[in-house]
Amino acid sequence: MANWIKIKNNVKVDLGKIPIISVNNLRDEVKSIGKRPVGFFGKDWGFGCVRLFIVLADDANSEFFLSSVVFSGNDKSYESLTQDIPAFHIFEREFYEQFGIEPLNHPWLKPVRINQDKYPFFEMTGEEVHQVAVGPIHAGVIEPGHFRFMCNGESVYHLEIMLGYQHRGIEEMMLKNPSNQLAESINGDSVIAYNTAYSQTMEALKGIEISNKAQLIRKAALEMERAAIHIGDMGAIAGDIAYLMGASVFGATRTLVINTMLEICGSRFGRGLVTVGGVNYDIPDDVLNRALETLNKVSKDVDRMTNTMLKNSTVMSRLEKTGTVSTEKAAEIGLVGMAARASGVELDSRFDYPDKWMSELGFERKPFKGIGDVNSRFKLRYKEVKESISMVKKILAKLKDYKDEPIIAEGVNNKLSSDSFVISVVEGWRGEIVHIAMTDINRKISKYKIKDPSFNNWYGLGLAVRNNGISDFPLCNKSFNLSYSGNDL
Amino acid sequence: MIMKLLNFIILLFVPFIMMGLIKKTKSFWGGRKGPSIWQPLHDFIRLIKKDFVISKTTSVVFKIAPVFAIATVLFASLFVPLASGSALINVEAGIIIFAYTLGLGKFMSLISAMDTGSSFEGMGASREACFTSIVEPAFFMLVASIMALTGNYTFDSLTQIMSNAGSYGVLIAFFAVVVLFIMVLTEGSRVPVDDPATHLELTMIHEVMILDNSGSDLAIYTWANGIKMLLISSLIANIIIPSNISDWMSVILYLLIMCLISIIIGTVESGMARIRMSHVFEFIFIMSSLALVVLSLVAARMFGG
Repeated sequence: MANWIKIKNNVKVDLGKIPIISVNNLRDEVKSIGKRPVGFFGKDWGFGCVRLFIVLADDANSEFFLSSVVFSGNDKSYESLTQDIPAFHIFEREFYEQFGIEPLNHPWLKPVRINQDKYPFFEMTGEEVHQVAVGPIHAGVIEPGHFRFMCNGESVYHLEIMLGYQHRGIEEMMLKNPSNQLAESINGDSVIAYNTAYSQTMEALKGIEISNKAQLIRKAALEMERAAIHIGDMGAIAGDIAYLMGASVFGATRTLVINTMLEICGSRFGRGLVTVGGVNYDIPDDVLNRALETLNKVSKDVDRMTNTMLKNSTVMSRLEKTGTVSTEKAAEIGLVGMAARASGVELDSRFDYPDKWMSELGFERKPFKGIGDVNSRFKLRYKEVKESISMVKKILAKLKDYKDEPIIAEGVNNKLSSDSFVISVVEGWRGEIVHIAMTDINRKISKYKIKDPSFNNWYGLGLAVRNNGISDFPLCNKSFNLSYSGNDL
Repeated sequence: MIMKLLNFIILLFVPFIMMGLIKKTKSFWGGRKGPSIWQPLHDFIRLIKKDFVISKTTSVVFKIAPVFAIATVLFASLFVPLASGSALINVEAGIIIFAYTLGLGKFMSLISAMDTGSSFEGMGASREACFTSIVEPAFFMLVASIMALTGNYTFDSLTQIMSNAGSYGVLIAFFAVVVLFIMVLTEGSRVPVDDPATHLELTMIHEVMILDNSGSDLAIYTWANGIKMLLISSLIANIIIPSNISDWMSVILYLLIMCLISIIIGTVESGMARIRMSHVFEFIFIMSSLALVVLSLVAARMFGG
């Protein structure tokens, strides 16, 4: 244990306290802790050295294990951790792509974001096997990504997903010009979650304590974002199976939620609401009351439509046992967030790393018995929409107690503390969004690392469609609804 | 002469109204206002004025297939009785010319889809061919049974079910209508067989086959598909419309039935999801089993006590 330190969510630590383990011991050390990774990234450490930081999540104890390894110019490889903990596979691929340090015996060492022109696709041979290549340009308003199917007739043997077309260099931009505007542009459907994670890291580094009121408004906005996107996705799932009524009713209901957000902050997706030090907009009483009314109506509409839809046999025949990821597989490959919960893996950073409001307002984790098919992902969304709406209602009621508090705390212009490391985990609607920031001696951000839940979950989609009909792929895809821009950064 | 001209106008224009009505019905059930029922006609006029883009990988097949698509449905329409009176060319075994002319059009669109070399279009073609191969025997079994019943080997036999089948008439007519309705859904690529509104290439059947067609070619394909739906719906109308009414009454009744069919199609599309691809066969096989029921009813009528 001397080689690891324990850190908390949103609490900074001195860089000097982070232990360094030797390259040769890395595999054994990680294996002895045996937790899933949330951060695994390198940073140039001068003189041709690369320092690798490893953050493992101890979800049961609300803590993270943190350690690091320094690769000198001569160390060009290490024993792959994926062999022991498969969830490392995508993290090691990213590290290899960025620093060229090879994880030996990695089973699937392929590009993550760059080099699309020489991507080594998995090939199957045989007379009956045929390939279907889809994308990177898709029909409709879908982000770019390339999918390569190996099929036998209508049935899919294997799907390989090649991403990176949305790579914008967000992490480098964060070093030059960190701002709330940049943070909320990383992933357009998780504006509040991304912006909250960014703001929390900055607040931890600047030593700002934000007001109760601001905390509650952020929390309400996060849950509204979750409800809105989930309802929209339920509509999209209905649309994909040509169940028209679901598509239009859920679509209309989602609009009610995002229009409430519009009333609060002037943007339907919550842009400009969260800022370092608090929030930019207060919720006046009349808006608050209207929001409560709207949410009651939304809750009722969602209930009615879901019940109608799940009673329809043709709908159920499409949803049930389509695109299944078993609980074991989901845990093994390290799915996170909503996709993991639908497969029966209880990971929810709202409850794993709770803030004070979770107990104060009496929010409890209600486990979901999912088997990981499209049906489970649909029903989980329904459950979370209902929970989120009831949470927002409680939060808004609580907000009245803190009427006189400021929405922006003092100290926004503080300098960042030097030589620090901070991690902030926020449960966006897809799952955990991880922001890690490090500062140097000049009080400047020297490394900013972002991990979207899609980064973990894309591989799960590949597993989900195996042995399914290729015509069910769009449905499986929509049930995960992963982010391209969040993965590509 | 006026009736023949009227039939021709109906043939060319009613398909657009049917398409518009289906969309309107779907919008109604979805709680939306929806586009005007003339929108498909506007779209057609807009597209037909446009030039088209042709992929470099295609050959002459791709260029001539749209012509075949429209030519075959128009030729097939000569053998089908429409709003009133008999077919323009009312010959015995017209059904065979009808079915295989449509078959030729479909064959051309299949190879035109494969001509593009796109893997989507190849999959669409294989699905379409597969479903057609189930529809064809069921259709022949149904019409041949009715022809055996009435002793009339032209399409006029459809109007004579009631007068020949006695107490079995309603039953036979009912099953025949259901079989033909499923055929409309399948051949017209409607939900639950196909989803005409989707943008997802991997789940399409008919739409994906014309993915590379643009401009006037696309307009012609849409039109030909509409006419095909109208022709099969006309068979349904002929079963229902009594033969002893005046021509004008018959035209009005025919138009009403077309509207009703469109509304039913729209309602079916709103009320159910599209069937999973591997179960579509089971749905189309309902045609075969109901056609068998018709066959046995006819046998019971002809040879039974």
